[in-house]
Amino acid sequence: MSYIGFMKALHKKTCGLCCTKLINFGVTIGRTEILHDINLHIHCGELTALIGPNGAGKTTLLKAILGEIKHTGELHFLDAEDCLRTPVVGYVPQRIDFEPGSPISVLDLFSACSSSWPVCLGHSQRMREQASASLASVQAEHLLNRCLGGLSGGELQRVLLAMALDSSPDLLLLDEPVSGIDVQGKDMFYDLISHLRRKYDLSIILVSHDWGLVSHYADRIVLLDRTVQCCGTPQEVFSNEQVLQAYGPAAQEDMAPLRMKPQIIHRSGGVQA
Amino acid sequence: MIEMWYALIEHLFPFAWANHSFMKNALLAVLLVSPMFAIMGTMVVNNKMAFFSDTIGHSALTGIAIGVLLGFQDPLLIMVVFSVLLAIVISMLKVWTTTSTDTVLGAVSATMVALGIVILSRGGGFNKFSRFLVGDLLSITQKELLLLAFSLVGVLILWSLMFNKFLLVSVSPSLALSGGIPVRLVETLFCISTAVVVTISIQWVGILIINSLLILPAAAARNISRNMRQYHVFSIMITLISGIAGLLMSYYWSTATGATIVLFAALFYLCTLIVKPQLT
Repeated sequence: MSYIGFMKALHKKTCGLCCTKLINFGVTIGRTEILHDINLHIHCGELTALIGPNGAGKTTLLKAILGEIKHTGELHFLDAEDCLRTPVVGYVPQRIDFEPGSPISVLDLFSACSSSWPVCLGHSQRMREQASASLASVQAEHLLNRCLGGLSGGELQRVLLAMALDSSPDLLLLDEPVSGIDVQGKDMFYDLISHLRRKYDLSIILVSHDWGLVSHYADRIVLLDRTVQCCGTPQEVFSNEQVLQAYGPAAQEDMAPLRMKPQIIHRSGGVQA
Repeated sequence: MIEMWYALIEHLFPFAWANHSFMKNALLAVLLVSPMFAIMGTMVVNNKMAFFSDTIGHSALTGIAIGVLLGFQDPLLIMVVFSVLLAIVISMLKVWTTTSTDTVLGAVSATMVALGIVILSRGGGFNKFSRFLVGDLLSITQKELLLLAFSLVGVLILWSLMFNKFLLVSVSPSLALSGGIPVRLVETLFCISTAVVVTISIQWVGILIINSLLILPAAAARNISRNMRQYHVFSIMITLISGIAGLLMSYYWSTATGATIVLFAALFYLCTLIVKPQLT
């Protein structure tokens, strides 16, 4: 029952009208200009993938949107009624640097996020049900009482995703969510995300190095290198001559494993008895 | 109030130690300090701040020295003010410098100890301050007990209001920030409260060992707990048991109370280390 309640709470009709606008957005730390002149419109129900070489400023852009780093320019969020308001931002970090031995259960983390009742005193039944329902939406309800340190990379990402969704965000930021996860785990995670953004009224910005997966799942690709180099559907971006010339080798290298069929490579005289 | 406590102890424990009022005071002090250290310690260990609290403890020497220079009979107030300022400076240094926290704390700790010793040893009078190094729980007065009681209440209030925020910040500052928590402020608040708790208790536990009393019970508790509730319950139990056992044994062995308590806590830590592999 509480599961349905949770779904209702999250489920706003996808309208495609909410819009996050970045206007002349830039970040300068000290004297180093990391990002400049970024103009982007992100609509709800859309999965936007940020790609670009190392040091291009992808994580910096996410942190600036999050408010962790100061930025120049403007960040607007317009809701379905065309009203300006501060968006609720959900964030799934690349990694969390807690001590692996910390006695923090998944339920502890959930309660700490969503209630003010000190979690060291235990949890109410209502809290337990609520957390369980949130975890169920990312197929992870069996992890409720597990220790954070004992979770695998993929399990931890799903728990963090469930927590980010818990606050019914308008905008969901994912920073290389599947780094260090096996291929099946990656596919499952991307399936889950594309399902979520269609089901809930969510704009998703995702940082990734995996061009193959991104071209399959994203609605829009933003190639970032100090500023927006190229922006459009996966077909547009990956068929752009300039993009392929400047960033191509990396793209082909990343795309290659997807096209390659499993094969056994024989070397002549490789094994000798 | 205190008479009721005395009567209760004499009624419950018909032993020789229960006849001395300094033992009854010390027992009450243990019952007040233990839970305070147990719950603060859990978060100090979670935040990897063991070296921070150690630095604050050692820097108390300089706090005492400044108090003496300014001509205070009881340097406690100056010590607290000094440690709070130091906690703020350290948390700012962590943000400003690119050096690792370890190095910053090492530098501060060594400087403060040296400065304290230099000032206090002028004219060869350092010996009268050595009670701060080892601590003297048995000399605690009723007024000081009241102060401890207030600090315990303060820590409990802080925990009930701020614990979830402390926990989130310790797990991931970015995550906490996305949840609208003012991370820098929460971190500084925790540093300050640790500094105050450590400094208030230092003259009874001792500069040399106060950090062990903060770290050992929490470190032992985390070996055998799986969630935050167990962590706190175990930590409080371990501090209380080692506190009471240490106090009584120090009476029979005529040893320094603080150090005896710490040894019992260390024993618990050792036991949990042995038990741990069987739990996981």
